[in-house]
Amino acid sequence: MAPDLAAPRSTLSLQAARFAGNRLAVVSVYVLLAIVALCFLGPYAFPFTGQDADFDNISAPMNLWSAHPFGTDDYGRDLLVRVLEGGQVSLAIGFLGALTAGVIGVLYGAMSGFVGGRTDSLLMRTVEVLYGFPYVILVILLSLLFGGGTVALFVAIVFTLWLTPAVIVRAQAQSLARREFVEAARAGGMTGWQIVVQHIVPNTVSLVIVYGSLLVPEVILSESFLSFLGIGIKEPQASWGNLIQSGTAQMDTDLRLLLLPGGLLALVLFCLNFIADGLRDAFDPNER
Amino acid sequence: MIPFVAKRLWNGLLTLAALASLTFFIMRLAPGGPFSRNRKISPEVQANIEAAFHLDEPVVRQFARYIWGLMRGDLGPSTRFRDYSVNDLIASGLPTSLTIGFWAILVAGLVGIALGLAGALRRNGWTDYAAGTIGVIGIAIPIFIIGPLMQAYFSVYLGWLPVGGWNEGWRSLVLPVLVLALPNIAYISRLTRSSLIESQRENHVRTARAKGIGPTRVLWGHVMTGALLPVIAYLGPACAALITGSILIETVFALPGIGRFFVDAALNRDYPLVMGITLVYGGFLIVFNILTDLVRGWLDPRVRHGT
Repeated sequence: MAPDLAAPRSTLSLQAARFAGNRLAVVSVYVLLAIVALCFLGPYAFPFTGQDADFDNISAPMNLWSAHPFGTDDYGRDLLVRVLEGGQVSLAIGFLGALTAGVIGVLYGAMSGFVGGRTDSLLMRTVEVLYGFPYVILVILLSLLFGGGTVALFVAIVFTLWLTPAVIVRAQAQSLARREFVEAARAGGMTGWQIVVQHIVPNTVSLVIVYGSLLVPEVILSESFLSFLGIGIKEPQASWGNLIQSGTAQMDTDLRLLLLPGGLLALVLFCLNFIADGLRDAFDPNER
Repeated sequence: MIPFVAKRLWNGLLTLAALASLTFFIMRLAPGGPFSRNRKISPEVQANIEAAFHLDEPVVRQFARYIWGLMRGDLGPSTRFRDYSVNDLIASGLPTSLTIGFWAILVAGLVGIALGLAGALRRNGWTDYAAGTIGVIGIAIPIFIIGPLMQAYFSVYLGWLPVGGWNEGWRSLVLPVLVLALPNIAYISRLTRSSLIESQRENHVRTARAKGIGPTRVLWGHVMTGALLPVIAYLGPACAALITGSILIETVFALPGIGRFFVDAALNRDYPLVMGITLVYGGFLIVFNILTDLVRGWLDPRVRHGT
């Protein structure tokens, strides 16, 4: 069996192969997909929603063979369904937030690095000033400004997290702007904006994937942190943050209310961190 | 050196001014006011209270008044804790926050560097794996899960330490400091390990070894100085973040620090208190960033030229 030398492997397939070789990262991907599927499909398996109170079973203990497998809380709401519904909120905010922050950061950084000159120094000065702000304080203030709730939380988190991708992409864009193919594109009559979108941004993709994968756990953590403090998502809507908060309030009598949402959140964060590690090793093997 | 510090301080002052203005206007634009959640009171009383705190004036006027007070070091009266000025509240809460932050950074720095050293010097030994496990746990499990779990085990189940509060001397310090330090132990040990491994391969280390310098002196005099640079770069902002990060710790462990005042003030629209604590945090962040750069320049001549 001669190895197939005829087909050279693309960078992307090499990177995919390197990622596939990292067993921990691959397992994490499967576990994460399973949790996502469970959160978004699981609640349909129950005849009630997470906000329906079952007055006959208030604070029911864990019993895997009853109607409420993980019991109910002190309002008689099913704990498992609430945790899964909370997961929908937390995961959706996590992935959409990281995506939005990433897109804003990439465009801002690419433009700044490509245009250069005074625009660049003005744009980067803004970023520097924002970096000087205490992050936690800013998120809390912004979510107050937008009146609390899911959308406010989302905007506040995105607003504070787009800075890092912007700085990273700018450095890359600066060096790309001097390359020949950008010169050629300009000679061919492309406008600045077209060059940014079609040439600069695609060349920063691997960098963005690596740092973007670190953004997701950060967003999820911010969401649950704010909801835990009572500033983010509020009852009766569930999120992992406020479920953990109400779990801590009753932990001396019933640890189950803390352990189920907390365990799931920790598991998701574990997976996301392992995946980010795997992606980093796959995309830039020098950065170890 | 002095022009560098002066320039950084000036920039920091600008950042602080921007932070103050932004916070001020965000707070005024946010729905609700400091006295809008009270039980029904007659419009006259409401107007009187608002006039007493100058809330009936145009926003620009209020801003000017605030900045004028700020320049005299007066952060104004608190609207939530009547009869207290923001200066009093910060003076009463800051020592608590600083005590926790100080011990946490000390524990995190010592334990983190020790774990990183153990991992790098005996790679793939059991200390390396233990350090790696602590690292993963500390990074992935948020402190508002670890904190309550530790309370449940050490305080409720074993009864060794108080669940919260600030009245039992060092015993009320143990859990908050430990929980606050854990994520930082994780980051620092990872950072130390990887930069030590890298630093051992560098040319000046090989030269030192070739000259016949003993392994201990090579480690402390040549490897460590280079390897600690990224750790110090991390420690500066981390110091500031630890003082801010104590918001969660102070909530979980019911400690009377400024982080708890902040959450309380933000939820109750206590404008002056929010402003005051924001400025304190911002000031810490700026000072620690400058200190970090100074220490880095002292350890690494290459950084000095760059600035």
